Parts: sequence; C-alpha cells; structure tokens
Amino acid sequence: MDGLLPELDVLRKDFPILSRTMADGFPLVYLDSANTSQKPQVVIDAMVDHLERHNANVARAMHQIGAEASAAFEEARDKVARFINAPARDEVIFTKNASEALNLVANTLAWARGPIGVREGDEVLITEMEHHSNIVPWQLLTERTGAKLRWFGLTDDGELDLSNIDDLLTERTKVVSLTWVSNMLGTVNPIAEIARRAHEVGALVVVDASQAVPQMPVDVAASGADFLAFTGHKVTGPTGIGVLWGRREVLEQLPPFLGGGEMIATVTMERSTYTDIPHKFEAGTPPIVEAVGLGVAVDYLFAIGMDNVKAHEQAITGYALEGLASIGGLTVLGPKTAGNRGGAVSFEIASIHPHDVSQVLDARGIAVRAGHHCAKPAHQRFGVQSSTRASSYLYTTPAEIDALVDGLEYVKKYFRVSSS
Amino acid sequence: MTTQNLDSLYQEIILDHYKNPIHAGLREPFEAEVHHVNPICGDEVTLRVHLSEGERAPVVEDVSYDALGCSISQAAASVMSELVIGKTVPEALAIHQEFLTMMQSRGNAEPDEEVLEDGVAFAGVAKFPARIKCALLSWMAWKDATSQVLAQDKEQR
Repeated sequence: MDGLLPELDVLRKDFPILSRTMADGFPLVYLDSANTSQKPQVVIDAMVDHLERHNANVARAMHQIGAEASAAFEEARDKVARFINAPARDEVIFTKNASEALNLVANTLAWARGPIGVREGDEVLITEMEHHSNIVPWQLLTERTGAKLRWFGLTDDGELDLSNIDDLLTERTKVVSLTWVSNMLGTVNPIAEIARRAHEVGALVVVDASQAVPQMPVDVAASGADFLAFTGHKVTGPTGIGVLWGRREVLEQLPPFLGGGEMIATVTMERSTYTDIPHKFEAGTPPIVEAVGLGVAVDYLFAIGMDNVKAHEQAITGYALEGLASIGGLTVLGPKTAGNRGGAVSFEIASIHPHDVSQVLDARGIAVRAGHHCAKPAHQRFGVQSSTRASSYLYTTPAEIDALVDGLEYVKKYFRVSSS
Repeated sequence: MTTQNLDSLYQEIILDHYKNPIHAGLREPFEAEVHHVNPICGDEVTLRVHLSEGERAPVVEDVSYDALGCSISQAAASVMSELVIGKTVPEALAIHQEFLTMMQSRGNAEPDEEVLEDGVAFAGVAKFPARIKCALLSWMAWKDATSQVLAQDKEQR
C-alpha cells in the first residue's frame, strides 16, 4: 500500500499500549485516535524524568531545579512554535486544552475595548460542522454582547456550503471561527481561502485545528488564521495542556483572560498592570510537566515528518473507506474518498444503534467511538442522532482496518441484520 | 469485556423488546409529557403519563413514549411501560426502586423476578457502567412525569 509509514511494526513499538491484549485474548485495535491519541514511550519517559529530577515551579523559583523546570517549560514553547511554524515563540500560549483556548479568544473579544471588541449588532460566523467547543463559546459571547451568531451550512457531501458566503460575510462580521478538519465528517476545510475572504471584510479568523495539527503539516503563518487552537493529547502528548497561537498584534489588543499569578507586571491595591504575551494569558501555575510532554510529542512527530504522517493517514483512510463500502447497510457520513479528508470516519449501520455497534466491537478488542462526538448540529444536518466513528493515526495498520471490517460483519450477525 | 459478558448484556429478552417495543408511540390522553436526554450519548425519550384517581392511590393508566437510542435504552422503555401500566403509583415506584437497586449493584444483586418480570434481563447491564444510564433513562423520565402529574393534582386540590 502506497503512503504507509515505513517499518510500521517498529514504530508501533514506540507506543507501549498498542501491545496490550484485551478480554478473551483479542489484541487491542485502537481506532479512537480522533478522541485521544496514544502516547509514545519518549513522551512518557520525559514526563517521568521531569517529575523525578526537575520538578519545581516555573518562573519564580530561584533555585537550580527551579531554573531547570523553567527552562524545560519554555523549551516546550520553542518546540511547539517550531512545529507549527509560529513567527514568534511568544505567540504560543499554553492553555488547559483546545476548549480553553477557544474560550480565551471568545471571552477576551467580549471584554476588549476598542475596535477589536465584539458588540451588539456585530456578527460572528461559525459552521454547522463545529465541535461543541467551537460553538458554545460563541453562543455565550453573542448572548452576552447582543451580537448575532451566523452559520455556514453544509452540502450533502459533508463539505462547507460556501454558495452564500457573500451574504454571510459582511461588514458586520467581526469573527469567523471554523474547524480545519471536522472531527465527525473528516472534511478538510479551505482555511486559506475563507481567511482571505474574511480579512477582506475586516473579520478575525479563528481556527480550531484540534484534528488538523495531529494529522497534517500546519504552518500557522501561511494558514491565514489570526488565532489557531489545538490540544496536546491528540498529538501524542498528555491531557491537561492545549495551545492557542495568535498573531502578536491581535493578542496585544486583547485584555487578560484569567487573573492571577504569573500574568502581572505589578499589583497594587488600586490596580494591576499586566505582563507581556504569552504570560499575560497564563495566570497561575501552568501545566508544567504536561508542557514538557507536549514538547517531546511534537518533536517526535516532527522527526517522523508531518508530510509522512499525512500520507499514512490518507492511505489508511482510503483503505478504511474501501472496506466500509463493502459492508451492506453501512453509510459513511462525510466525504467518501480519502483525497481531501482527515482520518476520522463516521458511519451508520441500518437498524443497529452506534452504542450497540461499539459495544460488540469492544468485545473483540476494537475501540471506536459511538455517539454524537460533540457535534450535534452536524449530526442533525444529516438526520442522524448519533454515529459510530473509527479514527486512525500514524500507528494504525491495514490489518487493524481489516479487523474493523470483520468486526462490523460480526456485529451485523450478532444483531441478526441481513447482509443486504 | 468477554463474549460471555456480551451475551449477558444483550439477553434475548432485551433484543426482543428492542425489535418489537411494547406501548411505543405517543398517545392521548396524558397529564404530563417530559423529554429526557442522556447528554453523554445523545439518547433521548419523550414520554407521556396518564394517571387515574384509583380507589386508594392513583393508577398508571398509560405510559406512551417516543424513544431514540440504543437497544438497551429502547428495550428498557418497553419493559418499563409494561411493568408500570395498570399498577398504582406506589406499586410502580416500588418496582422502579427494585430496578434501580439492581442497576446499582454492579451485577451482584439477586433481582426478584416476581417484581421485575422481564426487567431481570437487565441484570447484566449493571456490569457495564457506561450502559447503566441507557437502562435508566426512560425510568427517570417516567418518574419525573409522574411526579409532575401528582404535583398538578395537589395544586388543584
């Protein structure tokens, strides 16, 4: 199969969990990487080593290990900046996760004074394929400010419907926020083109890259985004850390998000002044060991090469789409070919509920996700309440896709659904 | 999870109720209608309750529902309606309590088949923490709707 990463069996040994045996002796077939990715040994070791040898608080401890911890934390920022080609390391802000990164932007835009702030009568434009984390913060923002929330619709093929873009994008549009790669449909959106159009009307562009950064080369400088958010645990890093990248000129116009330690220049009883980016947006003790783990994770992916990861994902996704197409009564939601698609494939099987599908697959060691995948409007758009989602990553093998396809035939047999 | 456990989860009775649900569909008359969702998975049920006065206690005359969800949640709605229709509210609440106890037992309870009838088939579900909510969704909806009717009655008196 063209495009697969070389020596996949060797690469898989980097991920200790992949050698687990599940109940009844089935090997683990992990097809839930869009939910969270597995972690390579180097990430686990780096975090253990940090906790064993370098643990101290950052930026304020005056001792040797404090200096080591601060250096490790800031080095992680350098690694992330390099990984996403950020023009400046200070534009990389560590958050708790992608949701917090998006909430940071939505909240500070509500609070901002001056032309950047979102006010009554302004409009925020999002899409029907967003994850709830890129819907709810904007609903809150528009409810609180009296601004209006507008939506790009979807085509029947699961692409963004850009036919009414001239109607949706107007002088009133202050923010366009959209996902780069859909976590449910797998659709890859034309970010650069939409950003160009949004900038023509003076809107800011926020990109949820939670599914993009793990599976394709992301160059924030070339993307056209003003802000870009992603989470650590989907890029082979730990949970508890996310990233917000923002253009310096824009970040500097925003007020702080959370107040507390680390984000101030000086505090008096009358008022406080704030330090510069990125620390202005990093109140309190940050997720230090998580940052260290994330730095090692993105270095791991950088060494493999994101072009190679992308090619692998496309090969596996294409193979999965072929296999799923062979199953009678199965409908894939979203683009049917791997060409311009991410590695998450959601589908329905006639007369079997996704929970029941995933439960029976689980009995054979196959881990998928069932439900609405935090994308209820997108499910509603396609008239389904929930779906089953298989999502691959750089460690996924064609044999695992075979196991999925066999498993789905077994599911049909188990629930006595005929093979039509 | 083992295949043996899988079969204890998907008992024949459950699959039968899933394929041929009893009392399904929304009917008149009713005194209260509720809509409950399981936010984790998106399963939902719209459920109506019709009570009559009864000699000593209100009687469950009808429970009708429109349920969207997995086999467990659909079958639970079917079994629940079959169990409570025709009972007095205190009797139905006692059955609900018995079912709840079984679901919270982690699979260690000895459910009373006299009381739970087809409901004993859900004993295996108690071993799957992620699925307990599926089995309880329609029960919670029924309890909510019933207490709304009783509260209305109280106000009117």
